[in-house]
Amino acid sequence: MAIVNLQNVTYKYPLTDSPALQNINLQVNEGEFVAIIGPNGAGKSTLCYTLAGFVPHFFKGELTGTVEVAGGESHNSSLSEWVLNVGLAFQNPFNQISGAKYTVFEELAFGLENIGIPRQEMKARVEEAMKLTGISDLADRSPYSLSGGQQQRVALTSILVMQPKVLVLDEPTSQMDPIGTREVFGVIRKMAQRGMTVILAEHKVEWIAQFADRVIALKDGQILLDDIPSEVLTSPILPANGFGISRYTSIARKAQEMGLWNKDRLPITLDQAVEGFFNEGRK
Amino acid sequence: MNIEIKDLHFTYPTGLEALRGISLSIEPGEQVAIVGQNGAGKTTLVKHLNGLLQPTRGQVLIGDWDTTKYSVAKLASRVGYVFQNPDEQLFSKNVGAEVAFGPRNLGYNGDQAQALVKDALALTELSNKTETNPYDLSATWRKMVAIASIISMDTAIVIFDEPTTGQDAVNIARIANVIAELRKRGKTVITISHDIDFCAENFGRVIAMSQGKILLDGKTNDVLGQEEILTTTYVDPPQLTRLGKRLGFNKTVKNQEEFLAALKK
Repeated sequence: MAIVNLQNVTYKYPLTDSPALQNINLQVNEGEFVAIIGPNGAGKSTLCYTLAGFVPHFFKGELTGTVEVAGGESHNSSLSEWVLNVGLAFQNPFNQISGAKYTVFEELAFGLENIGIPRQEMKARVEEAMKLTGISDLADRSPYSLSGGQQQRVALTSILVMQPKVLVLDEPTSQMDPIGTREVFGVIRKMAQRGMTVILAEHKVEWIAQFADRVIALKDGQILLDDIPSEVLTSPILPANGFGISRYTSIARKAQEMGLWNKDRLPITLDQAVEGFFNEGRK
Repeated sequence: MNIEIKDLHFTYPTGLEALRGISLSIEPGEQVAIVGQNGAGKTTLVKHLNGLLQPTRGQVLIGDWDTTKYSVAKLASRVGYVFQNPDEQLFSKNVGAEVAFGPRNLGYNGDQAQALVKDALALTELSNKTETNPYDLSATWRKMVAIASIISMDTAIVIFDEPTTGQDAVNIARIANVIAELRKRGKTVITISHDIDFCAENFGRVIAMSQGKILLDGKTNDVLGQEEILTTTYVDPPQLTRLGKRLGFNKTVKNQEEFLAALKK
């Protein structure tokens, strides 16, 4: 069942002439893990803001079409109702941290305080979420004393404690080392397996290829492609439009041109590339 | 201009021992990538090169200058530093003024400064944006403004802190172009990056750091081939290196060209 349903959504920021999103139609099923890819300026963050209700409630501007999430409609809901269903982790964690709390633990409890969760439950939820994202040792630190990668984990955790039905993530690992990235993708997948719907804007296609159920390619505010990862990430439309693709895909395409790759499908993961090139060697 | 680092130790006022005995030398015109997990000491190390940090113990020489004896302002004539977040660096009302600020402060006269600015803007593909306020540009272009404002200072050494973070494929290619041009001009380029594929494709030497020490230091292929050691500092070898290894290539490959050459054998 679709938990997210966008119909003919077009949006213009205040004081701008051209729309940041144009005629977006998007349905996402409950428990699905959907990745959004696209060059800078494609509208990825704006789409995240729209799903999270920041567009139009915070950014104002002109939104047409319908945005439905978990049965509610964005135009007819307040942001305070909306956040009970949808959580957004910002691209820049610095912009998300409240500035009102002295410790990471308090920061993580901030959202729960605001929706009136009892103290004991609040503590339990914060502790559980910290364990999940591996930041228990940061509990007593100031959110501002952390590295970029650590702040991103705190930002993600502060959304997870809210237990939203739909989790929206805007490049949540951009400041992390590769192992940090792998761990966070592991956490995100675990949340999806537990039935949380995940929508992730991300440049790191190598990880999307391994983890996402579906990929949406966005450019100039429009959806170019919407399909399973192996279809979208190997499409020639991507490199022609300035999208980043995996080195596995690009090397196989190059090899294909030279007659060194004869499989129908190009690889998107290491295992697929290994398999394809091995078959080639045996011929 | 040589960089000479001798037994460098640095402890933050909090007591955190961020560098524990770093020794290395970098020849003029080398392209060096520094990799390693968050907290390995990469940024702490490069902040010693332009005097933002002073050694707790040991010595850093930029050419014949000991960094403890020259101010940050003075060192800026030899070492340019492009911050990870351009917003920490930009303050002028338009791109042209931003990029002209550095050379003016280094004492170049009007004509010289203008020539440097023009060159830096051309190299970063910003020539048509000189009148724009940097904050009216996208984050991608702000990054290019930050780079241009350092390149215009024409320093012998240029440092990039995480140049590809949050950038799309088109802009990463643009940044790679800038680095290639700096190499042609004989500049020393030092980059900190988690983007190991970018490092492999654009740098001849890789230094892997872990817990304030140097773990590996050598030619890119030699370092990136040591998967087990790299894993200890949370670095995965580049995608094509990993693929080559799985396919049983007898040599470590780092880019498409090397991969295809090995494949054909």
